Amino acid sequence: MAAGVATWLPFARAAAVGWLPLAKKTMPKPPVDNSSRSDEILYVNVSGVRFQTWKNTLDRYPDTLLGSSEKEFFYNEDTQEYFFDRDPEMFRHILNFYRTGKLHYPRQECIQAFDEELAFYGIVPEIIGDCCMEEYRDRKKENQERLAEDTEANEAMDAPLPPHSTPRERLWRAFENPHTSTMALVFYYVTGFFIAVSVIANVVETVPCRPPKGSVKDLPCGEKYQLAFFCMDTACVLIFTFEYLMRLFAAPSRCKFMRSVMSVIDVVAIMPYYIGLVMPENEDVSGAFVTLRVFRVFRIFKFSRHSQGLRILGYTLKSCASELGFLLFSLTMAIIIFATVMFYAEKGTKGSTFTSIPASFWYTIVTMTTLGYGDMVPNTIAGKIFGSICSLSGVLVIALPVPVIVSNFSRIYHQNQRADKMRAQQKVRLARIRMAKKGTANAFLQYKEDRDRDSDSTALCVKNKSAFEHQHHHLLHCLEKTTNHEFTDEMTYSELCMTESVGFRTSRSTSLSSQQGGQNNSTGCCPRRARRRAAMRLANSTVSVSRGSVQELDTLHVKTTSIPPQTRSSLNAQSDDLKLNCGEQDFTAAIISIPTPPANTPDESLPPSPAPIPGILRNTRATAYTHETVKISSL
Amino acid sequence: MGAVVGTLTMQTKQRRPSRDKADDDLEMTMVCHRPEGLDQLEAQTNFSKRELQVLYRGFKNECPSGVVNEETFKQIYSQFFPHGDASTYAHYLFNAFDAAHSGSIKFEDFVTALSILLRGTVTEKLQWTFNLYDINRDGYINKEEMTDIVRAIYDMMGKYTYPVLKTDAPKQHVDAFFQKMDKNRDGVVTLDEFILSCQEDENIMRSLQLFENVI
Repeated sequence: MAAGVATWLPFARAAAVGWLPLAKKTMPKPPVDNSSRSDEILYVNVSGVRFQTWKNTLDRYPDTLLGSSEKEFFYNEDTQEYFFDRDPEMFRHILNFYRTGKLHYPRQECIQAFDEELAFYGIVPEIIGDCCMEEYRDRKKENQERLAEDTEANEAMDAPLPPHSTPRERLWRAFENPHTSTMALVFYYVTGFFIAVSVIANVVETVPCRPPKGSVKDLPCGEKYQLAFFCMDTACVLIFTFEYLMRLFAAPSRCKFMRSVMSVIDVVAIMPYYIGLVMPENEDVSGAFVTLRVFRVFRIFKFSRHSQGLRILGYTLKSCASELGFLLFSLTMAIIIFATVMFYAEKGTKGSTFTSIPASFWYTIVTMTTLGYGDMVPNTIAGKIFGSICSLSGVLVIALPVPVIVSNFSRIYHQNQRADKMRAQQKVRLARIRMAKKGTANAFLQYKEDRDRDSDSTALCVKNKSAFEHQHHHLLHCLEKTTNHEFTDEMTYSELCMTESVGFRTSRSTSLSSQQGGQNNSTGCCPRRARRRAAMRLANSTVSVSRGSVQELDTLHVKTTSIPPQTRSSLNAQSDDLKLNCGEQDFTAAIISIPTPPANTPDESLPPSPAPIPGILRNTRATAYTHETVKISSL
Repeated sequence: MGAVVGTLTMQTKQRRPSRDKADDDLEMTMVCHRPEGLDQLEAQTNFSKRELQVLYRGFKNECPSGVVNEETFKQIYSQFFPHGDASTYAHYLFNAFDAAHSGSIKFEDFVTALSILLRGTVTEKLQWTFNLYDINRDGYINKEEMTDIVRAIYDMMGKYTYPVLKTDAPKQHVDAFFQKMDKNRDGVVTLDEFILSCQEDENIMRSLQLFENVI
């Protein structure tokens, strides 16, 4: 909870007067506040720079060095001030945190120095205000990455294999990091070599070689030395296939591997060969077959496994895709406009090359990119005018988006990073708020548990809690008394709901004649308001038992009236009192001992004799709701 | 080309309206309020000068502009009750604090109410509480008003309570207390009935003394 809210706590407590006329129970006693109320000015000397502040300001955050008694270690009796031998510049920010409740990160400071100061003064960095949180996180991440890179570079050379790795894992590691073993390195270079060989062979086989004897036409080398090229191709494809199958075998997640880009490239690189093997030497089909051979050029992309730069380029293009798309779209619009205009301008002329609008696209593109092949030229005056406008605007259209793309690219790139970061930080911030909320809620529940446990020994209740916490818990306690309901946590609430449904079922199945007995003896036989906490804890283990137990005995509902039995003595008194009542009734209580695990109960206040009963009572205690009548089945 | 230029200019134009709105917001938060002098406040309330100083320092720290509006008030109050929803009750409380119905609480309102609640006589406290319950300020508390208040209090408990909160628990609560307070059974509780029935209840009288040492 923001400690600035501590200022408002007195007002919230005063406003609790508004509940008093409606309170169902009496209000609990307020916590005694022994601390002196008057405020004093403290002097803090940090390496010679003297700071002064109110004591209350520092007390706002009791879990930090300055807010707790830890600062007494630094108190200098001679000069009556607190002396810290730390950086005074940083201390300014720390002290501002106490004053305003927001911690700011000074941008000119080193992130590590700042972290160290925070650690010294006991302040968690998570409370840095949102204005500076982004910057802080960026610098911290940068710093960590730099450190990680250094250590990685140091140990990358000799990273030991994790012990007990299967051959499959070792194989995968060898594929991913070729530097780990010599075999992997050899394999790496061999595949690289064969990729190069394959690509060069593809290129060279189209070069025209000298024609064989008895023919005039130049033949491409591929057809002249067909067998040689075929053998080379086969060898390459065999190596690639072998590599792909090995990777597939070693991959930790085969589906994910098969969907990855590199795997697709591999498949596309080797498929044409196999398809070519399978396909017959048919002239009709071989046309399609030829196109397939184009895909062999994709083998060059296999180099991206070997080259970091290619991967970065691919990633860059991918991340910049929207901007490129926009450029293409605007270009397309301009092309269509000018092509239409040129077509209609040149429509009349004889022998015009502008046969249709799509044909004019070619002219527009060539002109706008200032290529100017000259295969299509306008002849009419209007055509020439529009043609010149086209080429002038082409310069602008091509030149303008390029810096826009470059700056957009860097802006979008950083913006994406920032958006992701902010989304992650937003999640973290919401989680922080939720956790703080839960923390205060849990703190109060914890306080209640402690209070129940140590109801006799009040001294134990005063643990390391600040006055603020005491008063806040008192306030929540008053609210509980006003409404006569208590705060619980989600778990016990769901258990209550669950066992309540069980209780409902059983209540209907009861056919007891102990109505009269129950009503007369409103407190019933051996009822006790078992310790709530024990009940809750047992509710877990005994919910199942309660179902069984409930079938054994037709109902055993525990009734407790509005007696507030919080102390052990009162509970004991009741049970004694009621044992007598038990005897008076003339029905025998069929108390079958349920195998409740007594080891679970730390409740040493239970007298041993009605041990089974409290077990039962505790079972159905969880099913208790407002009307809880003791009805003991009469046999 | 025109299309390209058009799209580029469109982007720049969109950014301008948001900046204007930000300027407007800035202007509105410049409202500042300074309280009357320390002596006057000391005369009007039951606090000493030092207490007023401590109170004002805390108040000014939290609200540098010198006023608390309802949203901030609700947020502050909700922080003390993380289990449930304190906004309804905070709304009623805000109206009780804001005696002049100006829509914002100034330091004087704050301190006056605190003075009544912490240092006032029993009658004054009960009067303040009556004011809180009397939502429409007509001098009478009818059953609907009390039900609203009680429901708001129960909302602050949240969902996870023990015993499980029934939907008619507020209504039962109201019935019990309305019966006690409405002496002449005319369906409304007047200030005198309220004060009388509270004075008869020993628990309430005792509890009223509890909060005296809050400051």
